[in-house]
Amino acid sequence: MSLTPFRIPIVPELRKNTILSLIAKGLRVDDRDIVTPRNVKIETGVIEKAEGSALVRLGATQVMVGVKAEIGSPFRDTPDEGVITVNAEFVPLASPMFEPGPPDENAIELARVIDRSIREVNAVDRKALVIRPGEKVWVLFIDIYVLNHDGNLFDASMLATMAALATTKLPDYEEYETGDIEIVREKTIGPLKLNHIVLTSTIAKIGDYIIADPNLDEETVSDTRIVFAFDENGRIVGAQKTGMGAITLDELYRALKIAKQAANVYFKSLEEALGGRLPVERQGVEGHG
Amino acid sequence: MAGQDRVIVAPGDTLPDDVQGKEPYVIDIGGKKVATVVGLLDLRGEKPNFIPLLHVYVPKPGDVVIGLVSSIGVMNWFVDINSPYAAVLTAQDFLGRPYNPLTDDLTRYLKVGDYIKAKVVAFDRSRNPLLTVNGEGLGKITEGKIVEIQPAKVPRVIGKKKSMLNMLESETGCQIFVAVNGRIHILCPNKDLESIMVLAIKMIEREAHTVGLTERVQKYIQELKKIKGIGEA
Amino acid sequence: MGGKAQVRLIDEFGRRHDGRLPEEMRPVRMQVGVLDNSDGSAIVEYGKTKVIAAVYGPREPVQRFMVLPDRALLRVRYHMAPFSTWERKSPAPSRREVELSKVIREAFEDIVLVKLFPRTTIDVFIEVLQADGGTRTAAVTAASLALADAGIPMKALVAGVAVGKIDGVLVLDVDEIEDGSGEADLPVAAAPDIGKITLFQLNGVLTEEELSKAMDMALSAIRQLVELEKKALKEKYAFSREVRSE
Repeated sequence: MSLTPFRIPIVPELRKNTILSLIAKGLRVDDRDIVTPRNVKIETGVIEKAEGSALVRLGATQVMVGVKAEIGSPFRDTPDEGVITVNAEFVPLASPMFEPGPPDENAIELARVIDRSIREVNAVDRKALVIRPGEKVWVLFIDIYVLNHDGNLFDASMLATMAALATTKLPDYEEYETGDIEIVREKTIGPLKLNHIVLTSTIAKIGDYIIADPNLDEETVSDTRIVFAFDENGRIVGAQKTGMGAITLDELYRALKIAKQAANVYFKSLEEALGGRLPVERQGVEGHG
Repeated sequence: MAGQDRVIVAPGDTLPDDVQGKEPYVIDIGGKKVATVVGLLDLRGEKPNFIPLLHVYVPKPGDVVIGLVSSIGVMNWFVDINSPYAAVLTAQDFLGRPYNPLTDDLTRYLKVGDYIKAKVVAFDRSRNPLLTVNGEGLGKITEGKIVEIQPAKVPRVIGKKKSMLNMLESETGCQIFVAVNGRIHILCPNKDLESIMVLAIKMIEREAHTVGLTERVQKYIQELKKIKGIGEA
Repeated sequence: MGGKAQVRLIDEFGRRHDGRLPEEMRPVRMQVGVLDNSDGSAIVEYGKTKVIAAVYGPREPVQRFMVLPDRALLRVRYHMAPFSTWERKSPAPSRREVELSKVIREAFEDIVLVKLFPRTTIDVFIEVLQADGGTRTAAVTAASLALADAGIPMKALVAGVAVGKIDGVLVLDVDEIEDGSGEADLPVAAAPDIGKITLFQLNGVLTEEELSKAMDMALSAIRQLVELEKKALKEKYAFSREVRSE
């Protein structure tokens, strides 16, 4: 059952008016313009026991992602594909708004949007995750841990997820005559095969204005947000309107334009963090296939 | 449906600029008047009139309502008045004197499931409606039957200049009180006439938006009386 | 990406597996006031997809803390009946049902005049009785009808439809077979009378041009669906409760 949020933080009227009057002039409280995301800091390999990991700071928002690889059976209807599962935890230490307990609708929505964004374009090649077709495949657990919520958890989570996947090293394994397979985590056999890099870019609609990468205050006063997912070729590979307000068709297209601009900044940041190169081959803009 | 002079409209439909109709059933969106509920647009008078066909009963001070006691507090009863908000009737108001919960018991006077006729004293959006039973004809209902209809149909059961109400009473010999919150109290000479009255009221509720209803209901009652072998009441 | 469809989704005449043209919706049926206990109710069918919605409220909630001081709280539950799918679905709420309950609730937050009923809840319960694609969009349409049937004031009626892309062709109102093997799925809900989009999701890849075409397709169909909703609501008062599209 979904309920209208009734324990929302109250943004003091003064702060809300400041936000609105600044946006009217095309400015934001933290000195940004409406299309520029906050400062992005990406660190990879932060958790040694995970096969892949990353910590992303987007302004004051902090999200950590850990990728664990296990061996399991494939789904019945896709015997020649590995399994990827995405979960998100909005841990209580990240915000006074988060209560302990199983993931709420916001965490579930975030995990599912990120899951769909990488699944639809086969960003992580699932066929390359097969060990023994129909029997044994790699099962990748992508766990998104929000550590500090200062707005725009989607983009920070997606950046961290992609950074973690791009630096994931699958562990070695031993096959026995009995058919059992045992993972040997002390050794690694190589990175994941990535077909695409997917990042999200979120915009918030506040009155008649559309801004990229909203911080928490902006998110709280916004009418609604739209998350757009793009791949490294600039294709739209996913979208989700999230939040209570409504938008016009015109606003939707304006939002797409601004989201795309901000996405370029995210892609650049990720590229830098991965040593100046994205681990996929870029094809021209708006490629097919 | 009734042809050009009466039209049923749906939420989101635009209404004529000079339409008579209040918020929240008629609102202004971008300079146009819009209906927010299903309703009847009556184009016959000087100015078009919008009558909402379905609405929730929102109490107003002064309304006389028929309430159903739904739970009991320390010094008051909570009363269901067919509205989103439960109403409050204090023990003091009912007894006309201060009430001591230590030596007295509210269930002696009103129990859960009792009907009362009461007047709304106060209601604003920050408090629940307050009722009083001080007034003529107000208090616990001890005999007769209560029929529930949609609050929006209440005017139809009364009729223009009480035409429908008078017809019902004369055809059945029952006494009827129609409360604005969609509850009707009927007091009939016998059970057969009581059943006929209930059927008649339900018919009015179903066909409230049609023309010639009073005559049809009258005929209906007369047929039912014939079937039950009842002479003129 | 499926590769498992044995069915040819679009044939050489441009017809879909069930004979429809790309811009054709499945037959739509709407019925209002189908349940006696609720304040408002409706059944909506898009082809074989069958959804029922019931509205209770505005009413004071049993749990007194579940309120907002200045408006009504919306509670929306999207749930699939265990017999609604080919393989029996466990009655326990899945993550998908949690997400869809949220996006459907959000489709109405700016539509229902919630400020009229502070400290109350308006409950919308939606059950998918049979799932054949487009369940969340049929759910939005059913919820809109049920809210109007309950007499809860709304700025406008809302309807939903999903546009898909199969074999490179944009198609309207995807069913389950098309959804499973398509390259994109775009569920949209909107209130055409006020020009607002209230639900928007994209699963899959679309170019900007395709997105634009798909939105036009969706909004045009939504306009027709809202007309059908109005017909269904009005016809309740003309002794005929059912409305069909051709």
